[in-house]
Amino acid sequence: MSIEADAIDGADVNRRDFIHIATGSMLAVGGAMVAWPFIHQMNPSADVRALATIEVDLAALEPGMGMKAMFRGKPLFIRRRTDAEIAEAREVSMTSLPDPQADEERAQKAEYLVLLGVCTHLGCVPLGTGSGEKRGDYNGWFCPCHGSHYDTSGRIRKGPAPYNLEIPFYEYTSDTTIKVGKEV
Amino acid sequence: MKKALLSGFAALTLLGAAPAAMAEEEYLTSEEATEKYHKYPEHFSFPQSGIMGTFDRAQLQRGFQVYREVCSACHSLERVAFRTLTQIGYSEEEVKALAAEYEVQDGPDDDGEMYYRPAKPSDYIPSPYENEQQSRASNGGAYPPDLSLITKARPHGPDYVASLVGLGYTDEAPEDVQVSDGQYYNPYFHTVLLAMAQPLYEEQVEYADGTPATIEQMAQDVTTFLTWAAEPSMEARKRTGIGVMIFLAILIVVSYVSYKKVWEDVKK
Amino acid sequence: MAHNYQSKYQNPVINWIDTRLPIFWLVDTAVGAGHPTPKNLNYWWNFGSLAGLCLVIQLISGFVLAMHYTPHADMAFASVEHIMRDVNYGWRIRYIHANGASFFFVVVFIHIFRGLYYGSYKAPRELLWMLGVTILLLMMATAFMGYVLPWGQMSFWGATVITNLFSAVPFVGDSIVTLLWGGFSVDNPTLARFFSLHYLLPFVITGTVILHVWALNMPGSNNPSGIDVKGPQDTIPFHPYYTIKDVFGIAVFLAVFCAFVFFMPNALGHPDNYIPADPLATPSHIVPEWYFLPFYAILRAVPDKLLGVVAMFASIGVLFVLPWLDTSPVRSATFRPLYKKFFWIFIVVCFGLGWCGQADTDMPLIPFGEDEQAIAENIAARLPADSRAELLANVPGDLKVLETYATRAGMSEAAFERLVEKEKVTFDVLHLNRLLTAYYFFHFLVLIPLLGWFEKTRPLPESLSSPVLSPSAMPAE
Repeated sequence: MSIEADAIDGADVNRRDFIHIATGSMLAVGGAMVAWPFIHQMNPSADVRALATIEVDLAALEPGMGMKAMFRGKPLFIRRRTDAEIAEAREVSMTSLPDPQADEERAQKAEYLVLLGVCTHLGCVPLGTGSGEKRGDYNGWFCPCHGSHYDTSGRIRKGPAPYNLEIPFYEYTSDTTIKVGKEV
Repeated sequence: MKKALLSGFAALTLLGAAPAAMAEEEYLTSEEATEKYHKYPEHFSFPQSGIMGTFDRAQLQRGFQVYREVCSACHSLERVAFRTLTQIGYSEEEVKALAAEYEVQDGPDDDGEMYYRPAKPSDYIPSPYENEQQSRASNGGAYPPDLSLITKARPHGPDYVASLVGLGYTDEAPEDVQVSDGQYYNPYFHTVLLAMAQPLYEEQVEYADGTPATIEQMAQDVTTFLTWAAEPSMEARKRTGIGVMIFLAILIVVSYVSYKKVWEDVKK
Repeated sequence: MAHNYQSKYQNPVINWIDTRLPIFWLVDTAVGAGHPTPKNLNYWWNFGSLAGLCLVIQLISGFVLAMHYTPHADMAFASVEHIMRDVNYGWRIRYIHANGASFFFVVVFIHIFRGLYYGSYKAPRELLWMLGVTILLLMMATAFMGYVLPWGQMSFWGATVITNLFSAVPFVGDSIVTLLWGGFSVDNPTLARFFSLHYLLPFVITGTVILHVWALNMPGSNNPSGIDVKGPQDTIPFHPYYTIKDVFGIAVFLAVFCAFVFFMPNALGHPDNYIPADPLATPSHIVPEWYFLPFYAILRAVPDKLLGVVAMFASIGVLFVLPWLDTSPVRSATFRPLYKKFFWIFIVVCFGLGWCGQADTDMPLIPFGEDEQAIAENIAARLPADSRAELLANVPGDLKVLETYATRAGMSEAAFERLVEKEKVTFDVLHLNRLLTAYYFFHFLVLIPLLGWFEKTRPLPESLSSPVLSPSAMPAE
């Protein structure tokens, strides 16, 4: 008998058999199950996830002073605002803001302003947190890269940046301690 | 201070050397002593042994207590982060409180100084010594190894650790084995003489769950804890393994039937 | 084929691509329905595709591990533990890679022994065979450098011992070793270059594997009868017949492999490699990975440093010339009764060498009593001149008599026992090691050429698919 001819015709018939479909499906499912760990390994590892949240103690901050911390590989700005600075932030009319947002929405406690120190233009780190740093035309922050000016609420007022400085997720764990970031 | 200690040791060694030389014929050489007295570890059956074995959380916590109260005086556990202790049954709050009992070095601060702060869950368990040299200086020249991987770094690791600290120190040194100062006889150690004094004594720790703290109990508890520390993924590994084996068993059967079906028209 | 090739595929898209780049044709003729394969291949022929699978497993798991590994002496060990503890599924990927290396060798060794048994190295498959031996060499280099990367004690000391082999080269040995190390000992520069090469060599292996498969496709597979394919009645298409058989083989292989990965992942490793590298403390017993043990044994068998290294490389080098050492016209051991026996002896010898490689060389195997002459000389040295002459003039064969002399010489009982122990004559591991090494080369250099002349082979069947004997191959009587 000619196995050659039979085999090729037969293969097409055989392929429709349930058992071949079962084998094929198992191979596909097995392959997918093997693939997942090789993809998921690229997601943040346990030690990186452990630093997804940080606790910051604000007790040492005097009014008018700022501090920096590292949060998820980026600078975190915290300023304890003076009454004058709070008033300045709250008196601005919404219509004059490029990215309108009320100061009340930006600070859980008016006294402490918590910001991500990343300019919304092209990602530089604005000046204004450390003592003696340039604070820009609106007494807030100033980005030296392309001259964006932020006010005492971290809102964009002048320059090329399109949005206000980002407020990270945070919550007060005591009167003067905050936990920044959500657990992942 | 360190210098004084060292010269003290040197003097002791010199004193010990003289009578040893005279009595040379009486003692076995170290190879002979090893050959005569060395024992292979006893076999223990831990709850985590075997392909289905899992850790007993209560035992892990007792073992951690033994590590903290006894071993950690000399041995580091530098690859274990506090955060991972949730795996041995502590809550996140408990881990946070536990970590805060330790001080870790951080910095430099704005003045360029290093400083100590309470540990956080993301920190690793601090070591008793700054570096290997300091630990040798404090232990008569011997280096207490880091315990993070000890059960994987010794043949039959868990049995070895449990035998060494749980059984080995109860024997008196035989008369023909020369035990110098700073050495202790233990037949489970590969040269039968080691620099670690007996670490565990009856009732040395007080278990919160009321388990009697016998030497063997503590030894097995700490062994179990160290087995976990050496490979925290062990339970996940076995669990996955069972699923994988079942899948492959089915695949073997299905692909065999498939193979035979394809081949049924081929004449031998 | 190129400029006037017109694809036969019906599907217009496939046809369009295949006409311009005949990749579908290539796959089809290499491992598809268009590749006629002898129909009598047994399960030993599964190990070729299994070796391919192993290579793929190592490539994928390896390039993923490289995303998390740090090739620096201060951080390598910690980064491996980072993979084991923190990286998502990192433990699984590392155990797959570590055990995958061992299983790659298991599969390749079986693949090679299959070739030896069925004479797959003989014309016209010499080049196919030599490419295979090249792959083995590349694999050994890659595996060796990979084992260094975790920077544990065995990594470090294995690297030290193996790189020191090159110091045996006359005149320039030390310069070569310094060049390999990038310093004056195995250190950070060594680790970094080993990582680079460990990443590079698998591409070279892959390229060589492609040549190996190409060289296989010219004559086609050998088969258990060793008889050439005579026509279409002897063959079946590779797909689906051998693809489905390979799937079954892969499933069985994976079951064994996963048993190791998930239930005894460290069984093939050495505990000392979980101790970070320490240049100041050598482990009491340095052993290479199991797949190097037979070669390591051959190295140790030769008392001369340079010749030992030469012997070790020659043990693989001899495989390159095997096609010309074998003078027998018959391929398969099925029809070579003598060769078949010697083949199994050779297998035992290889296992024996592997066992010797991990044993202490001075471990006694067969005791032959004591060397009385040496004992007497030792005692005599402590005796006064006249007794000394008396003892040496007529050395007693009895230990008890010797002991009386020892007592007279002022030796304690314990000291005498120690002396007797020291002068024990035994056949030890090193002796066995040398015997097996000699046999290894004897097998290739003497037995195989001679067998071709003296062996009376069994009659060959007319074709691989018919059990009928051809008239010419019938026994003469």
